Order: sequence, then C-alpha cells, then structure tokens
Amino acid sequence: MKKTVILGALTVAGLAAGAAGAATLDDVKARGSLNCGVSTGLTGFSAPDANGVWQGFDVAVCRAVAAAVLGDPMAVEFVPTTGQTRFTALASGEIDVLARNTTWTFSRDVDLKFEFIGVNYYDGQGFMVPKALGVSSAKELDGATVCIQTGTTTELNLADFFRVNNISYEPVPIETNAEAQQQYLAGACDVYTTDASGLAATRASFEAPGDHVILPEIISKEPLGPLVRHGDSEWGDIVRWTLNALVAAEEYGVTSANIGELSAAPGNNPEINRLLGTEGELGAMFGLEADWAKKAIMANGNYGEIFEKTIGENTPIGLSRGLNAQWTEGGLLYSPPFR
Amino acid sequence: MTTMTDPPGQGFRLSQLIYDTRYRSLTIQVVAMILLMLLFSWLVSNTIHNLQNLGKDFDFGFLWQPSGYDINQRLIDYNSQSTHGRAALVGILNTLLVAALGCALATVLGVIAGVLRLSNNWLVARLMAFYVEGFRNVPLLLWIVLIFALMTEGTPAPSAFRGDTPSASMLFDAVAITNRGVYIPAIHFNAAFFESGLYNWLLIIAVFAASVFAVKRIGHWAAVKQEATGDRPTTWYLTLGVLIVPTAILMVLMGAYFDLPSLQGFNFGGGVHLRGSLIALWLALSLYTGAFIAEIVRGGILAISKGQSEAAFALGLRPGTTMNLVILPQALRVIIPPLISQFLNLTKNSSLAIAVGYMDARSTLGGITINQTGRELEGMLLLGLFYLVLSLLISGVMNVYNNSVKLKER
Repeated sequence: MKKTVILGALTVAGLAAGAAGAATLDDVKARGSLNCGVSTGLTGFSAPDANGVWQGFDVAVCRAVAAAVLGDPMAVEFVPTTGQTRFTALASGEIDVLARNTTWTFSRDVDLKFEFIGVNYYDGQGFMVPKALGVSSAKELDGATVCIQTGTTTELNLADFFRVNNISYEPVPIETNAEAQQQYLAGACDVYTTDASGLAATRASFEAPGDHVILPEIISKEPLGPLVRHGDSEWGDIVRWTLNALVAAEEYGVTSANIGELSAAPGNNPEINRLLGTEGELGAMFGLEADWAKKAIMANGNYGEIFEKTIGENTPIGLSRGLNAQWTEGGLLYSPPFR
Repeated sequence: MTTMTDPPGQGFRLSQLIYDTRYRSLTIQVVAMILLMLLFSWLVSNTIHNLQNLGKDFDFGFLWQPSGYDINQRLIDYNSQSTHGRAALVGILNTLLVAALGCALATVLGVIAGVLRLSNNWLVARLMAFYVEGFRNVPLLLWIVLIFALMTEGTPAPSAFRGDTPSASMLFDAVAITNRGVYIPAIHFNAAFFESGLYNWLLIIAVFAASVFAVKRIGHWAAVKQEATGDRPTTWYLTLGVLIVPTAILMVLMGAYFDLPSLQGFNFGGGVHLRGSLIALWLALSLYTGAFIAEIVRGGILAISKGQSEAAFALGLRPGTTMNLVILPQALRVIIPPLISQFLNLTKNSSLAIAVGYMDARSTLGGITINQTGRELEGMLLLGLFYLVLSLLISGVMNVYNNSVKLKER
C-alpha cells in the first residue's frame, strides 16, 4: 500500500514535470492555440461574458500574445485556475502563460522558479466592509472575521498587518472570489480583503455596490503581472515584449483606430516603425513575423484602450489610471525602447 | 535385486521455464517483478530528471521556515510566526478532531438507522430507507457544501444579536447560533492545578476513567453476589455516586466555572467557538458515512439466523433485551470488519475540508504551505504518509477490538 502511494505521487510528479522544459514557442505553434491560465472569474480582469467568451484586462494580455505568435487573438484556450492551483498548472506545463492578477514577489520569482515578465497592473491590498458597520479605518477591525482567498500573498500580508498593529482577527479561508463574495454578502465575514482592484471589481458585481466601502488603507504593494516558467527565456521574451508593445503603443499614440494607417508604410517616427515592423527586423529576432506587434495591438487596442474597455472609469468597476498611467503622465508604466 | 522405477533424469532445460507448470508461475513472477522495478526506477529517474530541469531540489527544510499565515482553528499554540511544520501539525490535529467526532457520530447514527430500518413499523422503516438512500447516493462534497450554505445563509449574523430589540437571541442565554458557527459555554478553572489547560483536562479524564473502572468492579461484585445468593444487590446509587462525585469534587477544587459567550465587538467572545466549517464538515461526514454504516448494521443483524431470536423469545426475553443480549453481540462479528473500512473512508474523506475552508492537514500542509513554498512533491509525500499512518493506526486499533468480540473457539 505504501508503495502504491509513493508510486502514485511520483507518477503525478513525473507526468507533471515531463511537459516542462521543451521550447514553449514551438509547442504553441504546433498546437495552434495558446493555453492561458486565468482566474475562475473576476469581473473586468478575466470572466466569460454572456456568450461564454472570456473578456477582461488579464484576458487581453493572453489575446495579444496569441495574436503576436499565432496571428489570431481568438486562438486561446483559457484554463481557469484558483489561487492554489495556478502555480502547479504553470509549472506542470498545463498552461503557457499565467495571467491571473498574480503578485510578483521574490520567492515566487526565485524559489518557485517562475519568470515574471512585467507588471500590467500596479495594485495594493485593501479591505472592503459593509457601510452599516461604521468602520472607517482598517485599524478598527480588532476581532473582525476576515474572508480571504487562500494561497495568495494577501493571506500573508493580512497576517503581517494584524500582527504588526497588534490586533486580532479570525481568518476565513476561501478558495475562489465567487465563494468569498457569497460568504461576505451572507455576513459570514465582516471584511473581505484582496487586491484593491479585485475589491472594486467584486463590488461592481454586487446588487447594491453603494452599501459597501473600501477602506482607505492600502497595506501592501501588489505588482500584478503575467508570468511564465523559468528556463525558457525565448518564450519569456515574447510575452514580455508583447506586453511592452501594448504599453509602448499607448505612449506613441498607436491605437486600434490608426494602426492600419501607421503600419501601411514607414512614417516619421522610427520607434513606431520598428514597433510595427515597417523598419528593422525585430520580429525575426525572436522567431515571429515582422508585424507581430501590430497584430498584438490590433487584438484589443493598446494598453490604455484595454484599460478603458475593461476596468476603466467608464466601466462599472470604475478604476482610475492612478499608478497605472504612462510615465509621461505621472504613472509607473514605462516600456523599454524598441530598438 | 533392485529395479529402477524412475526414468533417468533428463536434466534441466530452459524451455521448462515456460512449458513446465512447476516452473512457469515462478517465471511469470520474476518477469513481473523485473517489469515493476523497471517502471519504478523509470518513475524515480524521470522525477529526478524533471526536477533538475525545473531547477528544483528535494528538500524538507521548508518545514522549519516561518509559515506567515494564520489558521483560525488551533488546538495548540500557533501564530503566523510559527513554522510550516507546526502549521502542518495544527492541520493534522484538526483532521484528527473532525475524524474522531465524525466516526463517533456516524456510528451512533448508523446503528440507530440500521436497527430502525428493520423495524416492523412501516413509517419508521421507510423513513430510515429514505435517509440511507438519500445520503449514500449523493456525493459527499454536495452534502458538505449544502450544510455549510444552509448554515451561512439560514442563521443570523452576530450583529443580529446586538441592540435593544435584537432580531435574534441566544438559547438559554448560553448558546449562540450564528452564521459563523455555534458558540457554546466553555468550562474554565480559576484555581487550576496546571498552567496548561491540556494537563488539567487530562487529570479530569484520568479521574473519570478511574471512576468508570470502579463502576465496573462494582458491577462485577454484584454479579458474583448474584451467582452466590441469587439476589442482585441494588447498586445504582453506588454506581452513580462513584461515577460523578470524585470528578465533581476535583472540578470544584479547581474552581470550575462556565464561561458564557457574549457579544464582544464584531463577534461573540468567550465560550467555545464551533466554527461553521467544522460543524458542516462533521455533520456531512457523519450523515454520509452513517448511511453506509446503517446498511452494514442491517446486514449484520439479518445475518443472524431467525432461530436465535425465536429461541430468545421462547425463553421469555423481550424484543429489546433480545436485540441487546442475543442479536447484536453476534452481529458485531459481521459488522466490525466492514465498519473499519467505513472509518477509514470517513477519515480520508475529511480531506474535502477545503471546500468549506476547514483548516485540516490537506488545507495547511497540502494547500497553503505547498502554495507558498512551491514544495509540491515533498508536501504531497508527507500528506500521503500522514494519511497512510493514520489509516493503519485506525485499522490496527479496530482489529484489536475485532479480535476481542469475535467468536472465541475453544
């Protein structure tokens, strides 16, 4: 019996690890579709719409990568993952990219053997409480019951925050955002804590969003970004520069409206020319076609367009650009040059 | 004069390994063994190779690193600065708690339902059939989630107990049923003998166990007297006294008092907090496994020949006495072995705890710890080892019990 257990565990581990290590780009091309890990449903970031088509801010990154590599933004297989299953799914090769509002941390990058390819949303952890509770600061939460998604950095930040401030709390561990929402609305917990963007997205899906407030404290830095496995730098480069292309496109004023015109012939701005492949050989350097970035941008528009469409101020989620504005406008978004 | 009856030996030929029935089974076993070992070594080398590819090593050092996360239900001291190893221990104790509670309740439910299903009362028998078929034919996970959902959606939040005209009130001012669990009074000591609550309780349990032993001796003494004189002395007041008085005196000496739950801030404070996750998991596991045990009990009783109960009735025993003294002791021999596997099932099924956020070994060691440290292989091996050891222990204990009730052949 003991043998069986070990054997089973080793089989799983063996199969899981077997898929990793090969060249991801070739795999994706041979498969004809990109396997992209997303959340199990977080409005605005990754959630299926009424027609079952995945939409959202993180989803747009997957679609841009698929467009750059395969030329078709719809050639993506979305794999919903929970906070607990996401890293195993990526490490085992079940998915090629994980775009699931995942915080870039030292230990995930180094110890878990992943490669964060950039930040697509600068976030921080916040708290949401019902207005009726009359709480105005997170430091008043002594003794509160807190709903939290397990397997996240927020779980660790929460423990640190309450310990440092010497106040007690009762954690209620929960697997997915949907369950947390149900528990929170049923009053089984006083507070729901996760990334502030996630809170805004969750609140937007409530029947009465006005009855809930997000407390002013942001207790952590949560740079959220897509990640790939260690050991395949080629693939990491492709995903990294696809994201950079989206950011750079906004900076240079390349939008889905004018991209056809800009890419038809080389223009005055050499940076735009190199980005869109009308000048230089950037695409060929990592094995893609010259117009890879054009396809990526055409999938959903540039970074700014994606932001406005999915989570921006005119959507129910209503997030302002804040830290996620271009560096030219006081934000942190800064793409290295395309040269 | 001698005659040679045996033909001369032909010596051993290789083809005999396949065609000679004396050797064939041996050949098959050796081949199978070699294949098995090849498979095993392939798996091991494949794992090592792939771990190397991923740049990972095989190291249990993470168990001594600070865990960084909090656990709500702790039977031992633990905080987010404790190690991953201690977090695993907290989870293991939580698993043991829900498994022990579950096995006890499932046995009670199962025996009652199994006996009642054989009742001559049509309604009772059908009700029990409804219970058994209803519970064992729906996946356990659904029952866990359903009971948990009923608790969170159907019971009032602690805030409903607040205010001058609260919409909810406590039972007897001592028990609060909320959507975060049930708060019951706790027993505390203000003149405890030991610092640690655990030792105090161990002392009380030891005294109580001694009382139970004394009661047994009294029963034995009464039986001896009955054998000798035909009269059974009245012992119930003696039994009751021996059972209760020593424990009660000890509790009074230690200054025991009830700590009633009361509203404090966001939640109830004081008392014992039975979390909704524990209750949902416990009830679902017990009801589900109880349905299987009911069938085992029913089968065990039906396995006793009708002649036994007819003989008991002929001797003038009432149906209740017949069941307790004649049928059940014999049925136990049939019931115990399958009961063991039900206990094992219940224990292993408790790993579904994560569905309701109960922090058992699967949720701590096999969940958060793995997730935060990235040690999937090590964590899963440890978890498998834990369930293996626990299962072996349970079946070992139950086998000892089985030996004590089985037919003694002389």
